[in-house]
Amino acid sequence: MAGSREFFYRRLHSLLGVIPIGIFLLQHLTVNHFATGGESSFNKAADFMANLPFRYVLEIVIIFLPILYHAIYGLYIAFTAKNNVSKFSFFRNWMFLLQRITGVITLIFIAWHVWETRLANAVYGTDVNFQMMHDILSSPFMFGFYLVGIISAIFHFSNGLWSFMVTWGITISPRSQVISTYVTMIIFLALSIVGVQTLFAFI
Amino acid sequence: MVETKTVKFIITRQDTPESAPYEEEFEVPYRPNMNVISALMEIRRNPVNRKGQATTPVTWDMNCLEEVCGACSMVINGKPRQACSALVDKLEQPIRLAPMKTFPVVRDLQIDRSRMFDSLKKVKAWIPIDGTYDLGPGPRMPETKRQWAYELSKCMTCGVCLEACPNVNSKSNFMGPAVFNQVRLFNAHPTGAMNKAERLNAFMEDGGLTGCGNSQNCVQSCPKGIPITTSIAAVNRDATLQSFKNFFGSDRD
Repeated sequence: MAGSREFFYRRLHSLLGVIPIGIFLLQHLTVNHFATGGESSFNKAADFMANLPFRYVLEIVIIFLPILYHAIYGLYIAFTAKNNVSKFSFFRNWMFLLQRITGVITLIFIAWHVWETRLANAVYGTDVNFQMMHDILSSPFMFGFYLVGIISAIFHFSNGLWSFMVTWGITISPRSQVISTYVTMIIFLALSIVGVQTLFAFI
Repeated sequence: MVETKTVKFIITRQDTPESAPYEEEFEVPYRPNMNVISALMEIRRNPVNRKGQATTPVTWDMNCLEEVCGACSMVINGKPRQACSALVDKLEQPIRLAPMKTFPVVRDLQIDRSRMFDSLKKVKAWIPIDGTYDLGPGPRMPETKRQWAYELSKCMTCGVCLEACPNVNSKSNFMGPAVFNQVRLFNAHPTGAMNKAERLNAFMEDGGLTGCGNSQNCVQSCPKGIPITTSIAAVNRDATLQSFKNFFGSDRD
């Protein structure tokens, strides 16, 4: 077993996308959805998250490191592909391309989002609350940026769930792969509604 | 005067493995039930291009002429497939022929598929039965299993799935979709299963199964209709279990 590191790296990349990053995405979308209940409702939920015990450990181990690994190795994977949807315009080949495009968009979005709503707080001590998100999203450009970023992230997660199940050998038969396509696309639509509702709640 | 019907070809040619490719047009007399091979034979018989200039005959690879050997794979009107089963009557003209560029081009439409056979050697895609004494009859195979394994055995290493795969390219060392199918085929055989772990471990090395990105172009393009993506997921499952066995387990088989 001379060179089986690639196997480990690739499977780790696949696993981290779902656990913990996917779980974190679900939690993040859920907590932010408190914004639909008004300013104080959101601030209460955000304060609860910000005051969790072992906050830095949780952030670093569950969020930052896994996302960093998934992003950097994911970029490598995305750029070793030679996309050919113009010649082979099959549904799954389009999803393959979209998975890579949304991955790159999500990375750009997350980099900006983490700086704006987390690192700026750590460095300058800016307050992270409803008012802050309201100010950011009042700009039509930033609203569009968030909309595209959030939908990309949700698509990347949902379609990633589909390929996760193939990669680990959970969905083997063609029928199970078709049904999991439907299920993951329903997840994509449902989470998109949650995310977009939250966005509109801030303005 | 009766106008003779002709077939027009635009062929991507290349004189040596290193030289630049170029296109040359040909027009050959039509005959009923022609396939791409018979048209190429016509060009070979009378190597004159459409402008009426004498040229070198077009080189291509072929063997069985009944879509079971995989040698005559080429890109026909943008689609990788076998030239022998590409019927002229069913193709849009001018018919464009090009070599499958995923492989090194030897000359014109002839490519070198050695990398596929190297991969098969790497993952031990065979069943070792030779011994210094008579090993006796092997274990029996259930009929239902034989039936689906037979479908997998139709692979002719033609290279179409590698040509269609976005992850098989000069930037990656991925062996290609066909290998999954061969690993599954030989692991499914009752005697071959005795070397299952060895095969899986070889395929879990760099350039192996992790190269798949699930674009599923392979299963859509396979001329033999082999359920390649089913083989991919099945081998993925076996590899998952094998990796657990390697790390946590003690019994080696």
